[in-house]
Amino acid sequence: MTAGPLPVQTTQQGRPAGTLYRGDTEGMWSWVLHRITGVLIFVFLLVHVLDTAMVRVSPELYNETIGTYKNWIMGLGEAGLVAAVLFHALNGIRVMLVDFWSKGTRYQRPMAWTVVGLWVVLMVPFLIRHLSNIFGG
Amino acid sequence: MSTPNAPALDAPRSPYSRTKSTRSNYELYSWVFMRMSGVVLVVLVLGHLFVNLMVGKGVAALDFAFVAGKWASPFWQIWDLLMLWLAMLHGTNGVRTIINDYAERDTTRFWLKMLIYFAFVVVVVLGTLVIFTFDPCPVGADPSLLPSFCQA
Ligand code: HEM
Repeated sequence: MTAGPLPVQTTQQGRPAGTLYRGDTEGMWSWVLHRITGVLIFVFLLVHVLDTAMVRVSPELYNETIGTYKNWIMGLGEAGLVAAVLFHALNGIRVMLVDFWSKGTRYQRPMAWTVVGLWVVLMVPFLIRHLSNIFGG
Repeated sequence: MSTPNAPALDAPRSPYSRTKSTRSNYELYSWVFMRMSGVVLVVLVLGHLFVNLMVGKGVAALDFAFVAGKWASPFWQIWDLLMLWLAMLHGTNGVRTIINDYAERDTTRFWLKMLIYFAFVVVVVLGTLVIFTFDPCPVGADPSLLPSFCQA
């Protein structure tokens, strides 16, 4: 994917409009996804610690709590979360390579596609395992 | 030779600074922390997902006995404690950055940050207490819900 500079909309004063980062395509979308997945994981983590804390109340309450997660709707939600975590982790490594590896900025674009490739490679076995669990395989 | 009012010169080779700033290097340390914690979290979080969702029956096997079996060992206690603290510090600091980027009104920005700092304290304190005070074999609990080693 080669992308020229995106057309920049300007205000009447001629300044770039909006606050959206307009870099090259791969870099910009990697950044957008890194943000969205980061917030999503954070919100989930808050809930996840609260539900796990039920182990401290009683075995029954804990089993009941996670019992409400054991249906296919929640199962798909879990798959989405794993997808988000895997992307964030892989792209996080890419961000660090861009920052610290001397050739990082030169290879940021192929690294973005490597992130996508590794993400697919890791998602496939996970989805086989997880979907067969939640759909009772 | 020396004039009494000559401007003070920096010592040779002292670090260059464009402006003499009285601000701290907080944002620099936070940037470094995001990367250091990120490296550790790759192992902790992906290991957590693998052991809980991929090994054995995956999610279907999650229940009290499973959690109790893990936290009976100091290895998983320390693993989960470290993961809790690092993920919460990393996540809270990351969301702080995002709030600073998008919330333009001072009061909105302030209260959104107070909200996530409050969530940070509640979740980290609660999670830490749960890991440290957890009893895998609570007295009086239904034995069929407990890990097998409780009967011994
Ligand atoms: C699994 C391993 C992880 C790695 C390798 C990783 C890596 C990173 C890195 C390097 C950054 C800095 C990005 C930048 O400065 O541009 C970052 C930002 C962020 N991370 Fe993570 N992270 C991981 C896990 C998590 C977890 C578990 C959470 C949530 C609790 C999280 C939430 C965030 C948030 C909200 C940001 C801010 C995004 C932004 O400023 O655009 N990350 N992550």
